[in-house]
This record gives sequence, structure tokens and C-alpha cells, in this order.
Amino acid sequence: MANHSTSHPTHVHHHFVDSDQQFDTAKLGMWVFLVNEILFFGGLFCAYIIYRAWYPELFQMAALELNTFWGAVNTVVLIGSSLTVAMAIRSAQKDQMKGLKINLLITIGLALVFMVIKGFEYAHKFELGIFPGEYYTYEGIDHPQAAIFFSIYYMLTGVHAVHVLIGIGLIYWIYLRAKKGEFSSEYYTPVEITGLYWHLVDLIWIFLFPLLYLIE
Amino acid sequence: MLTAEVKPASTGTKRTLKVKRYKPSEDPKNTYLTDEKGLWAWMTTVDHKKIGLMYLGSVTFFFLVGGILALLLRTELLTPAKTFIEADTYNQFFTLHGAIMVFFVLIPSIPAALGNFVLPMQLGAKDVAFPRLNLASFYIYVIGAIFTFIALANNGLDTGWTFYTPYSTQSSSSVIWVTIGVFILGFSSILTGTNFIATIHKLRAPGITWGKLPLNLWALYATSIIQVLATPVLAITVLLLTMERALGIGIFDPALGGDPVLFQHFFWFYSHPAVYIMAVPAFGIISEVITTFSKKHIFGYWAIALSSLAIAFIGFLVWGHHMFTSGQSAVATTVFSFLTFLVGIPTGIKVLNWVATLYKGSIEMKTPMIYVFSFLFIFSIGGFTGIMLGTLSADIHLHDTYYVVAHFHYVMMGGTLISFLAGLHYWWPKMTGKMYNEFQAKVGAALIFIGFNTTFLPQFIMGSQGMPRRYYNYIDQFTIFHQTSTIGSYILGVGFLLIAYYLAKSLISGEKAGSNPWGSRGLEWQTTSPPDFHNFDHTPVVINGPYDYHRPMEEFQLGLANEDKDH
Amino acid sequence: MGSLFDFMLPELKSPLTGASTDAVMAFIHIVSFIILAGVTIALIYFAIKYKRKSEDDETPLITHDNKLEITWSVIPLLLVFIVFGWGYKGWLNLQTPPDNAYEIHVSAYKWGWTFSYENGAQIGNEVHVPAGRPVKLVMQSQDVLHSFFVPDYRIKQDVLPNRYTTVWFQAEEEGESQVFCTEYCGTSHSDMLATVVAHTQEDFEAWLDEQNTGGGGTPVERGESLVSIQGCVTCHSVDGSQKIGPSFQGLFGREETMTDGTTLTADENYIRESILNPSAKIVEGYQNQMVSYEGRLSDDDISDIIEYIKTLED
Repeated sequence: MANHSTSHPTHVHHHFVDSDQQFDTAKLGMWVFLVNEILFFGGLFCAYIIYRAWYPELFQMAALELNTFWGAVNTVVLIGSSLTVAMAIRSAQKDQMKGLKINLLITIGLALVFMVIKGFEYAHKFELGIFPGEYYTYEGIDHPQAAIFFSIYYMLTGVHAVHVLIGIGLIYWIYLRAKKGEFSSEYYTPVEITGLYWHLVDLIWIFLFPLLYLIE
Repeated sequence: MLTAEVKPASTGTKRTLKVKRYKPSEDPKNTYLTDEKGLWAWMTTVDHKKIGLMYLGSVTFFFLVGGILALLLRTELLTPAKTFIEADTYNQFFTLHGAIMVFFVLIPSIPAALGNFVLPMQLGAKDVAFPRLNLASFYIYVIGAIFTFIALANNGLDTGWTFYTPYSTQSSSSVIWVTIGVFILGFSSILTGTNFIATIHKLRAPGITWGKLPLNLWALYATSIIQVLATPVLAITVLLLTMERALGIGIFDPALGGDPVLFQHFFWFYSHPAVYIMAVPAFGIISEVITTFSKKHIFGYWAIALSSLAIAFIGFLVWGHHMFTSGQSAVATTVFSFLTFLVGIPTGIKVLNWVATLYKGSIEMKTPMIYVFSFLFIFSIGGFTGIMLGTLSADIHLHDTYYVVAHFHYVMMGGTLISFLAGLHYWWPKMTGKMYNEFQAKVGAALIFIGFNTTFLPQFIMGSQGMPRRYYNYIDQFTIFHQTSTIGSYILGVGFLLIAYYLAKSLISGEKAGSNPWGSRGLEWQTTSPPDFHNFDHTPVVINGPYDYHRPMEEFQLGLANEDKDH
Repeated sequence: MGSLFDFMLPELKSPLTGASTDAVMAFIHIVSFIILAGVTIALIYFAIKYKRKSEDDETPLITHDNKLEITWSVIPLLLVFIVFGWGYKGWLNLQTPPDNAYEIHVSAYKWGWTFSYENGAQIGNEVHVPAGRPVKLVMQSQDVLHSFFVPDYRIKQDVLPNRYTTVWFQAEEEGESQVFCTEYCGTSHSDMLATVVAHTQEDFEAWLDEQNTGGGGTPVERGESLVSIQGCVTCHSVDGSQKIGPSFQGLFGREETMTDGTTLTADENYIRESILNPSAKIVEGYQNQMVSYEGRLSDDDISDIIEYIKTLED
């Protein structure tokens, strides 16, 4: 390959004119990807809407089996983690590397709290025999389609949980790169776009929580 | 020293740039093919051109597999009863033929193979926005293919490529391997679309405003939007189907309390826009080839550009026209039929604009142009029969017959594939630096045209007379149609073999191509063939539109004067 | 105007459901042909008239023509509105069976059709109807999606497992019409054929009377009739030829080897179990594909079938 001049900082890839163009492009790319994620969850929400329209009493009855308190806690936890990831980006913008790392770690911590609470919720359900699909054995809901509510519940929260896990992985990777000193106020693109992804994960939960837990 | 008044894409304000003329060499020493050599270099490349070629090779391979399956199917159909395979085998073959052609050939073919190569060059960029993501997209495609082929090695797949429930939830074939494969493959499509959108928005050379964008890029842009919005719905559909089989969720299977028509809605919500992922890039290529070989400005630039966006948008609203007999509601049926007619109009406008472009042009019937003419004839038939199928009373009679099979082969094969061949023959010299044998190429084009119509025209007739699709056995009155169709398929096979032959031969002993054998005004032609690793050895500056044949060639070869020579 | 494309359609035997369809199809084919001819002629004419003379040819700069473009957008738009309305009207008629339609129940299964009449008569793969009056079919599937298609009548309707769907027609004359299953349903999808047999009203009533449940004749005769009309012969031959299921010829008393390796003698109990619970024992070399006839064949029916099978010696 041809020699590169030294006028480009090393973080700028050679097909970009300058740092700004690379940053703008990365953000646009992540926004487009997030739109795709919304359509992905949209399909699941669509299934939810249809089955709720067909069996409204079932959804009301079954939602009572969900623990609203811990669901609300999880909501606060995730919103908090969105706040800390935004603060991480702010730290990067202000060249506060220590703040960046701490905020990333807190974000991961809160995400782990979310997963633990989710784990307890699932475990409690399994004890009762509330499994997805044909493995459902719980007798406590008097409705022939009871299993379908929980199948949808598991699909929605399960796919969301996978996204949380992926997010934890990504934020940890960003943390490791921050530790190596890769970021500064001149270049924090990966932090920004990971933050965008994390906000979407939070946003999906904010829709999931009332739709599943707060049905009256 | 020249100067150019330019509105750089990124800032939007006019400024004056110092430019000079960069005439491309006719005998390049270092090209993208020589700068990186060896298998490992190719497998780890982030160069969009090499990635495009890797897609091209893969798409060709899958087309060969899907094509052989087609020939086997047609051979079985030579006689009304069993010819040489059993019913179960036949059912697997048509399922795999459809799945392979749709997912592994048509969806990636133009955007991922030709688009990857040409898009950055038409923008005057050095690469796509996210080159490493581009390579990842290719490997995701390969992994998706591997899962599907694992299914073949197990119990195959016999559900039809449409996976309708409850047959697909109950079938003993290897449905889950394929649904997982398709799920993975979908991300290749989504990420390619994301890459293209970001590239078109952000990586344009100075002077390329939206109004100076080649129509090929408008088409790829519209396609990318569809890919990003529609493919995730396919992903969730196959995920739900996988869970249905694995865990018995009960969303689509009536035996478990689910609804089979719901599956059809989910499936077609993606799969109808998917056909526009296949068709819209084809339209882009036609615009490029027809202007080059008429040496004339495109007629109705904005009509063609915006109609691609209109098709993308309306295309999301018509999925229920695959379900008129399914038991869906009367209101849905009526609305879907009405909107289906609307989506045909922008397409018709394009065809008329293309024909008008030829008026008073300087027409050269080289092979790419022959494929364009074939496209215009064949795709029009596909379009008209689409209107027929959108007509409610007619569709009740024609649904699930060979009329539908003929219709979609006319648009997908006669449309997408023939346009792909046009693009392949058009950009072959640019990609390889070699020319193929023009006479053999014309013979190939003739064989494809004759073979195609012989195969599929009889299918309209027998479909309308009542011949259902996906039939292993058939009643005797349809024998002559099936036999004619089979003969046509063999002619097609010979045509494709000929194409593969002379293209391969050109790599070994073809004439050197030169930077611009067709005299096009397109930006990708203003650099060497094959191109430099970075596409251009300068930053291009664009002052004309890509179809301004009234301006001299020198004006299309301008670039920034004060650049680091090292870039 | 329609006759140009008549060859594309079978003779219309139910004009009340199909006349509008045929007319709109002819219209679309003709208009499409005209436009296609225009485009093709323009292509060939331009290619010849404007053939390139030299590499330095100059072409006029014609970028667009608003009037022309609007014209060729508006006219097709009007044409499609006409076609939409026409198709909608025809479809609405197809969806609306007349109030006095004669009802027949249809049950679709892998791979055959059972037709049930109001007097309890049941017959497989043949639907007898009175000509000259509307007939409405009320349909349901026992397993996967199927679809009931009669090209002669221009009617089609998917048959679902979780709800009823309906379709109607009026055969104007006596005669037979082909029925196809037209939603892919597995191995023998293309063998899942049936026939509509249209009779005059008197002949139809006579036929219906003959089909009372029980039926006359000896057990063997009744059994022979049952294996035909219940669709057994779609998958089991009576003459030893190879089909999807084991042949009935020589079946009774035969030593059969099952897929799990066990062997047994095919006696009355084995045949009865195979009819009511086919997946219990699968003969080696065959697939577990047969659907159960529980509820569709009475114990007497099964006895008759067994008697008939006993007569089929090698």
C-alpha cells in the first residue's frame, strides 16, 4: 500500500477525509442499524398486539403472575444505566478518562443487576411450571391459551435479554479500550455509538414493561 | 491550472476548488488485483472491490446449484407421472431451488456483488463507509449458507421456500437448520444496506449533489432502505418459526392454538419488499447501460430517481396480495389489491422513460445493451402479469397456478437476472481489465432470451388453464406445455454455460480493456481498468451530471490539484 | 374482443362466478399486449433508426418532458383504477354465495377430500352437485393448509384447520370438472385430485338417495366401495403396485416387518389399528404419513374394509 502522510491522526481510516466525516458516518450507520432493531422488535410487538386483541382476558389474568415491583426496579435500573452511559460519553468529550472508565463500569454493573433480577424472575416462573410453549405446566391460570401469553413474554424478554448481554459485552470492550488510552476528546466514536445502542436497549424495555407488567 | 465551482456534498455551500485533469492510464502497473495477492490477502481484505468479487463468485456458485435443481425439476416434469425421481425428492428440490435462488442468489446478486464494486467508485470514494463491516457481511452470508447446506445433509427441506405453517411446524425435514441459516443470512443484507446508506450520505466526492448522483446509486439507496426495514421482520418471523418447532410456542400452529394466516402476514411483510430488493437494483443498472450505449442523457432523471423511492415505500404496503385466497379479511384484501396497482405505476413510468432515452440517441447494440433490450421486453411482460395477479377476481383463478410461477420468473429472472447479466457484461472490463469475446457474448444473450421465453411463456398458458404449481404429477392435458418448458430450460442451461466459458476465457486471454471501452461519462470509467487499490489516485471533483453526454470527456476527469501525492 | 386470448382459459362452466373474471382477464391481456407491442416496436425502430454512426456522434440534450411524463402516468393510473374496480366487483360476487345455495361440507386431509351431505352421506374425492342451482361448500382441513380449486368455475379457496372457509359456484350443465388441491401440503399434494360431478336435479336427488349411510350390498362390496371413496386407494394399491403405503393385495395374513424391527402377522386387529392409529406401527420402508380415520369410519365400515382386503390375494 502507498505511504500514508502524517496529516491524518491514526484513528482516522484512510477512506475518510477527516475525523469529523468519520464520526458523522459512524453515527449515521448506528442510527440506521437501530432503525433495523426497532423493526425487529416491532415484529414481536405486533404478535403481542394481535394475541392481546384476541384474548384480552387472558392477558389481564396472566399479567398478574408477573412481579410488577421487580419489573419497575429493572426499569429504574436500565434508565439509570442509560444515564451513566451518557455520562461516560460526556466524560470522553471532556477528556476525563477516569470518569469515562468509572461510568462505563457502573453501566455494566447496572446491566448485570438487571440480568440478575431477570434471572430470579425466570427462576420463580420455572418453579411454578411456567415454561414456554409446550413445556408449560402451570395450572394457576384458568384459560386454555395461558401458555401463549408466556410464550410471548419469554420471546419479548428473552430477545431483549440477549440484546442486554450483547450490550454488556460491547461496553466492556469499550472499557478495555479506554483503559488502553485509545479515546480522547478528539476521538470517542466507539463510545458514542455503543451508547446509542445501549439507549435503544433501554427504550425497548420501557415499552416492554407497561405492555407486559402493567395490563389492567 | 483549472478551477471549478463546486458545491461539496458535506457542507452544502458553494466554493471554488483548484482542480486539474487526471487522465487515467491505459496500461496500469499497480491495480487492486496486484496490490494484495494470495488467498489469505483475499480472505482478510477490506477492499470493497475484492469483497464484491467474492460475492460474485459465491452468487455464481449458488446460481449453479439452484440452476441444476431447476433442470432436474424440469426433467422430472417431462412426463405426467414419475420420470426419474420420487415425489418427496421433487418437493425437496423445488423448495431448495426457491430458497437458494431467492436468498443466496437474487437478494445479494446486484447489491452485494456488483454494487459493492461499483458504488464507491461512482461516488468517487476510496471505499464504503465501513469496510470491515463489509467483510463481516460477506462472512455472515457464508455462515448462513453453511447452515442451509447442513440442512441438505440432514433431512433436507420440503416445505416450499415460503415455509407455510402448519406444514412447516410439522414437517420432519430439517426446517430449523434452514431457518437459522436464513436468520443469519438476513444480517448480511441488513449490514450491507446500512453500509450503503452511510456511504451514499457521507462519502460523496466534492460536487456530487443528490441531483448528480448516478441513478444506479438512487436505486441502491432505495434498495438499502428496504433491506434495513424489511429484513428484520423476516428475522423475527424465522426466529418465531424456529421457537415454534423447538418449544411448541403455539403462535402459528392451530393445533397449539396459533393462527396459520398470521404466519403468512409475517412472512410476506418481508418477502414482498424482498422482491423490490431484487428488482430496484436491476432498474439502476438499466439506467447506466442504456445511457452509455445511447450516448444520451437519461430521459426523466427525477422521475426515475424518485420512482425508486416510491416503489420502496409502496412496496411495504402490498404484502397481502399473496394472500387473496388465504382467508384474510375482506377489507385487507381490497386495500392490498388497490395498493398493488399503485406500485405498478412508478415501474411503468421507468420503462417508458428508458425507451424515451433511446429517441435520437446514438445506439450501439453491444452485449450489455442487448441484455437491456431483453430486460425491457421480458420485464414488461412480468409487470403486466403482475397487474393481472393484483386483480382480485383474476387472482382467485390464477393464484397458486403456473401463471404465478411464470410471472415471478419473468420479473425475477427476466428482470433481476438479465439486468445482472447486463451489469456484469458492462462492468466486466472495469473489474478485470479484460474484454470478453463480443460475438460469443451476443450468442449467449440470444440463447438466454430464446431459452427464457421458451421455458416460461407456456407456463402462463397452462397456469391460466388450471395447472397448479408445486405439482410432481400432472394431468395429461398439460404435457405439451411442460415438455416445451423443459426444452427451454435446457437452452437456458447451454446459454449460461457459454457465458461462464467466455467470461472465464477472457481472464486468461482477453483483450486489454482500457479505462473506458464504452465511452461512458460515469465516474467509475474515469480511472484505470482494473482500478487502483484506492479506486482513484486523486480526489475526483465532479462538475457535471453522469449523463451529460453533451459535455466533453475531459470535464469528467477533474480532481483536486493540491493533494498529498501519497494519497 | 375476448376471443383472442380464449385459448388461455378452460371452457367456463360456472358463468355466474366466472364470467366477470374471464372478461377482465381478456381486457388486461389485450391492453397489455397492445402496450407491449408498442414498446417492442419502439425499441426495434429506435435501435435501427438511431444506430451509432461514429464514436463522435452528438445527441440532443433532452432531459425530460413534463407533459409527456404526466400523460403516461395518468393514463395508466386510470386504466388500473378501472381494472381494480372490475376485479373488485367480480371478487365481491365470488365472496357472496346466494341465500338459497345448496350446502355441502368438505373436509380436506393429507391427501384427499371427503364431501358430506345433509342426509349423512359421505363420499370421498367426488362431489356430486345439482346443476343449475348455486352450491356452497363449507370447508375445513384436518391437518395442514389445503386449497380447493376448480379451474372450470374460476373458483379457489384455501382450506384451513382452525376455521371454516366457504366457496360457491353454479354448474350450468351436467358434466364433470376437475378439482385440484392448490396449496402445497406434502408428498402427495399433486395426487390430491377430486371431481365435481354435476347432475340434473332429478338425477342428483336419485344419486343422493343411493348414498344413505350403511349402503347396500355385501360387506365385501361395501368395503370395496369404501376404500375407493374414502381415498384409501390414493396411497394403497389393490393390485400390488408400489404406492406411498403398502399394497392391500396379499396384505391379510402377511408377515410384516416394522420399522422398529419387530415382525407381526397382518390380521384384523392390525388392520383396524392401522386405520384408527396409523402411527402406532409403521411397515419398514414406509414413512409415518397416514392420517387417522378415527371419527370418519364407523366400526362397521372398518369391518367391511377388512372383509374386502381379505379377498385381495396375491
